[in-house]
Amino acid sequence: MNDIRTIALITGVLALLTAVTGVGQFLKRHPDRGLDPAAVRTFNLRIRGWWVLCTVLAAAFWLGTTATVVLFGLVSFWALREFITLTPTRKGDHRALFWVFFAFTPLHYLLVGLNRYDIFSVFLPVYATLFVLARVAFAGDYKRFLERTAKIQAGLVVCVYCLSFAPALLQIPIEGTAGGGRSENFRLLFFLILLVQFADCMQYVWSRMLGRRLVAAHVSSNRTWEGLLGSATSTALLAAALWWAAPPFQPWQAALAGLVVATMGFAGGMTMSAIKRDRGVKDYGTLVVGHGGVLDRIDSICFAAPVFYHITLLVTGARL
Amino acid sequence: MLSPADLTEYVASRVPLESASGQKAGRSAFCRAAGLSLAALARLLAGASVRWIASQPDTCQRIYFANHTSHLDALVIWASLPQPVREVTRPVAAKDYWSRGIVRRWLAQEVFDAILIDRTAIKVHQSPVDLMLREAGTTHSLIVFPEGSRSVTGEVDEFKSGLYYLAKKRPDIELIPVHIDNLNRVLPRGEFLPVPMLSCISFGPPLWLERGEAKLDFLARARRAVLSLKE
Repeated sequence: MNDIRTIALITGVLALLTAVTGVGQFLKRHPDRGLDPAAVRTFNLRIRGWWVLCTVLAAAFWLGTTATVVLFGLVSFWALREFITLTPTRKGDHRALFWVFFAFTPLHYLLVGLNRYDIFSVFLPVYATLFVLARVAFAGDYKRFLERTAKIQAGLVVCVYCLSFAPALLQIPIEGTAGGGRSENFRLLFFLILLVQFADCMQYVWSRMLGRRLVAAHVSSNRTWEGLLGSATSTALLAAALWWAAPPFQPWQAALAGLVVATMGFAGGMTMSAIKRDRGVKDYGTLVVGHGGVLDRIDSICFAAPVFYHITLLVTGARL
Repeated sequence: MLSPADLTEYVASRVPLESASGQKAGRSAFCRAAGLSLAALARLLAGASVRWIASQPDTCQRIYFANHTSHLDALVIWASLPQPVREVTRPVAAKDYWSRGIVRRWLAQEVFDAILIDRTAIKVHQSPVDLMLREAGTTHSLIVFPEGSRSVTGEVDEFKSGLYYLAKKRPDIELIPVHIDNLNRVLPRGEFLPVPMLSCISFGPPLWLERGEAKLDFLARARRAVLSLKE
């Protein structure tokens, strides 16, 4: 990892984090600035979250591809836990769920780790779906059959399948070299996570500053069209400015990727809001008191990862 | 109310001393390690978040009473207690379940030192209450499920009278209501493989049997105390 671009990226991120931490602490020490103390607290919590995120990612990247795949597998597992806990299931779903958690999820990540794109791209959406349908039928409870199986399938696709495209970025051969797992790949994955986080923030900032038209008032009271546009534009600009960090991209390709990532992330947030509204909770974390709410943190990246993955495939022209 | 000195005297007069020391002293280091890892595993698998509402963990003698939803209940409540409290806490569990098979019997006897109740032999004159109090002695806390068996509907059933007699015979022991949420989805009735849902264990403020309180009133109040922890 000792090439100049990686070092530049790490230095830049560290400098940025240190700077926002400084700002956050300053605001905390000076409550007389007329800012909402709750907003400052949220801001500081967010910053602490980023430090944790960066530390965990740095450790996983340092340990290598396998460790990173395992890390994302664990995050998927936990997110799926939150998703299924939130979803009303019936006793007839129990055995299907057992296999979903302890067989399909680990196997899928194993296939990702082995770089078997040909299998892992259909494993969950096709085989797991067929299994869940059949297993629930075998369990003998036909009440609201499609509704129940669809919930399990939605959980699998969003929490496991989609998220796994993020570590799968590590396997894409870049710049004509065979195989992945090089520092370029890690930079690419970090680039995606950075864009998603940035897009989330920008969405919030633009919605607060210019937000007029809510996308869907009943689903989310703070996501506006202005927020979406502003976030997509700012993220595209950041991506273009950072194109050197994301190996296969030209500046305009990076900008396009940023635009798509921001839009997909926004869509992910909206989707999860809709599910939460339906279940009458605000955060996945408050569902069971004391849990952090992993799903709240990863909803955007779940939606953005598969599209970013395929854009990268297109750009590199790699055949898997 | 009794003063602390009264209590000591009362306890000393009621409980035979030899049972107080218990079998714990003989537990091997292996069983202790097994207990620690089992507690960690149970908390991880049941995704249990633990809340103490107007209540604090303490090694003083207590009876934890909870709604009964799953075979995992006793294990997870036990695992949710801090380690020093866990050391002095013994779950009261069904003999027909926990003495079946080598592993379960070993866990029940050696690891969490359960008091096993033969549910088929409960008679008016052979109440398990005396057995529980004898096994608890003056040091151990108990985990009991006053519904008597796992709820079928998912609602909290009416409490059986055992809790009342426990409270009546040992008015010095704090009764702590415990609410178990979502554990029945981790391991429902009739299943043997768990699904790792997230569950929540809430401990509430202690209550005692009031002077002259009728049995049914007390049982209803205790049940409400458990239900109130559900939010």
